[in-house]
Amino acid sequence: MSETTTSTKHVSFLEYQGKYKGILGWILSTDHKRVGLLYLYTMLVFFSLAAILGLLMKLQLIAPGYTIMGPQTYNAMFTVHGIIMIFIIVVPGLPAVFGNFFLPIMIGAKDVAFPKLNLASWWIYIIGILVVLSSQFIGGWPDTGWTFYAPYSFRTPANVLPALFGAFILGFSSILTGINFVVTIHRMRAPGMTWFKMPLFPWTLYATAWIQILATPVIGITLLLTVMERVLGVGIFDPALGGDPILYQHLFWIYSHPAVYIMILPGMGAISEILPVFSRKRIYGYKAIVLSSLAIAFVGYFVWGHHMFTSGMSGRALYAFSFLTFIVAIPSAIKVFNWVSTMYKGSLNLQTPFYWATSFIFVFMIGGLTGLVLGSLATNVHVHDTHFVVAHFHFIVFGGTGYAFMAALHYWFPKMFGRMYDATWANTGWVVFFAGFLTLYLPMFALGLQGMPRRYYDYLPEFHGGNIISSLGAILMIAGALIIIVNLVRSSRHGVKVSDKNPWGGKTLEWETDTPPTLENWDEIPTVSESPYEYK
Amino acid sequence: MENHTEHTSHVHRDDEGDKMGMWLFIFTELLLFGMLFLIYAVYRYKNPVAFQLGGNELDVFMGTFNTVILLISSATVAMSISAIQKGNKKQALALLSVTLFIAVVFLVNKYFEWGAKIEYGLYPGGDALLELGHGTILFFGLYYVMSGIHALHILIGIGLFIYVITQIRKEKIHSTDYVWLENTGLYWHLVDLIWIFLFPLFYLIH
Repeated sequence: MSETTTSTKHVSFLEYQGKYKGILGWILSTDHKRVGLLYLYTMLVFFSLAAILGLLMKLQLIAPGYTIMGPQTYNAMFTVHGIIMIFIIVVPGLPAVFGNFFLPIMIGAKDVAFPKLNLASWWIYIIGILVVLSSQFIGGWPDTGWTFYAPYSFRTPANVLPALFGAFILGFSSILTGINFVVTIHRMRAPGMTWFKMPLFPWTLYATAWIQILATPVIGITLLLTVMERVLGVGIFDPALGGDPILYQHLFWIYSHPAVYIMILPGMGAISEILPVFSRKRIYGYKAIVLSSLAIAFVGYFVWGHHMFTSGMSGRALYAFSFLTFIVAIPSAIKVFNWVSTMYKGSLNLQTPFYWATSFIFVFMIGGLTGLVLGSLATNVHVHDTHFVVAHFHFIVFGGTGYAFMAALHYWFPKMFGRMYDATWANTGWVVFFAGFLTLYLPMFALGLQGMPRRYYDYLPEFHGGNIISSLGAILMIAGALIIIVNLVRSSRHGVKVSDKNPWGGKTLEWETDTPPTLENWDEIPTVSESPYEYK
Repeated sequence: MENHTEHTSHVHRDDEGDKMGMWLFIFTELLLFGMLFLIYAVYRYKNPVAFQLGGNELDVFMGTFNTVILLISSATVAMSISAIQKGNKKQALALLSVTLFIAVVFLVNKYFEWGAKIEYGLYPGGDALLELGHGTILFFGLYYVMSGIHALHILIGIGLFIYVITQIRKEKIHSTDYVWLENTGLYWHLVDLIWIFLFPLFYLIH
């Protein structure tokens, strides 16, 4: 191909001028990369909002009694914090941002299978967000917690309907993204890319997409039934009319436990991409990672009962769910061994994505091992509904998914924006954030073991010390997050330009496209002959 | 900015992929209704007598009639696909119009069926229903929810048929490009299939 034609044709997707101009060129664009960035920007806005709510809660807890808010405000805060963080940030999370942006490129396709449906998913996502947040302006905030447990969710005078219905709408966005990815992976892999030559991030997206398709409808119908319960009083979950509130909990967790794997699997995939690149070494046990991802997706369906050990179930059911919970920990542990072995004797390149990836392993292990404490029946009864649980799932969902997200964001940043982040500020942000994170959540384990319950705006004086440390940690962590976000936003506009196709020396296909990629990624679809991590 | 229209010329077409997408969506629907069937099973197990008496209250003739016409509509939509494959546009349109008509008739019947029950106060929160036992409240709650969500699917099907008919008129769907019609057919068979389970569960088991 001649140089003259390439120089006129190669316009990055960021500068490409399509049918629409300005902002319309983004919000009406079916280009998978623009859709991915739309999700990124949306999440940035709502993550900031929900993080501020979290900080306010921690400030309330810095001293016992009324500090800056009363009980009803506190209830509203943890509810909205939970709904935003779960349904708007971590469930769409990595698939919506990096999956959209990199899945087609990594498998050598020009776009996803259904580009229009992809854009529609983002629009449905925005509509869902608007419905959720409309409660702010019509009738006030809900106070049920993000779990909407029956019968409180249809008895409370607080305004729960918009949140219920909004979460229902957000589910559609998730399902459609899942369908899109499964079809894309089945039908659009580049010639020569057999299933076991596919990189690991697409593999984890594949496992995740199946959970999105098969689990999301369960929460959809459950939320819809709760809406009907509230509006019509059909009685299905209402004990006063013969219904069973425990049934609500079952249905809710039949989705919401697999949803935990929707959150974490793509994160594991991103980490599996990053570690080989910065260790200059082949990923250790490629097939083990693939198969354990599929195993997690499958076994993850059968462990929902461990959220309900104290809700009232037969002893046999308790043992079964506890046993299965231990089983599902195994594939996650396999991955940790894979990652550590990948780094072993590697030639390590200490860059920001690598720091995030290794700290991911660290916090993920703490989160995972404390999960076993919760999964075994005797200890669960002791720490159920305490701060121990809050610490555990923040280590997994925020520590796991959040760290993987930051690792992926720094790793793919030059490819996405054609500019490099400022490494000094990025590393500073990571140090501050990491220190703040541990200071914030580690004391919560101790507080939980001592018996401090979750979801109360007040606590007994003996918990004061731990809460002071935790609240100071929250301030430190938010400061770290601020450094990271400001640095990335600044660098995306003013960072050092990267024109190199492959600044990190990665082996997967996204490093063979232009930086940033052109509209349809490839002039010619690449042919694949090697497995993706052949470092020599 | 210069013009790059030559870059957008690439058109991706993959009928197999499109159908696969529809099947995945059908899996989603099956899980959604599956949970409702699960709830039905739980409450039927807990309240066998009330569910039996509740079933006696429903109009078996209406239910049977709707089942028969819905089965016929499944056949007509399948035939319309064969017609379009053979390039017989007129026949395809006629068959789809019959399908559309049956879908509307189904909803009209549903309206009268529901109307008769609501008249007696047999609806969630209705006075007559609240006087009956818990089991009956649950039976009718599930009856309205499940047949209601099914009716919503019929309504979406009507929208799809109107869209497909206009696309055939405009020659957008024709003998070499008819995956939209096939997917609409797949969806309609699903709607039909769910009704085939709803009908005996509510009307027939005594």
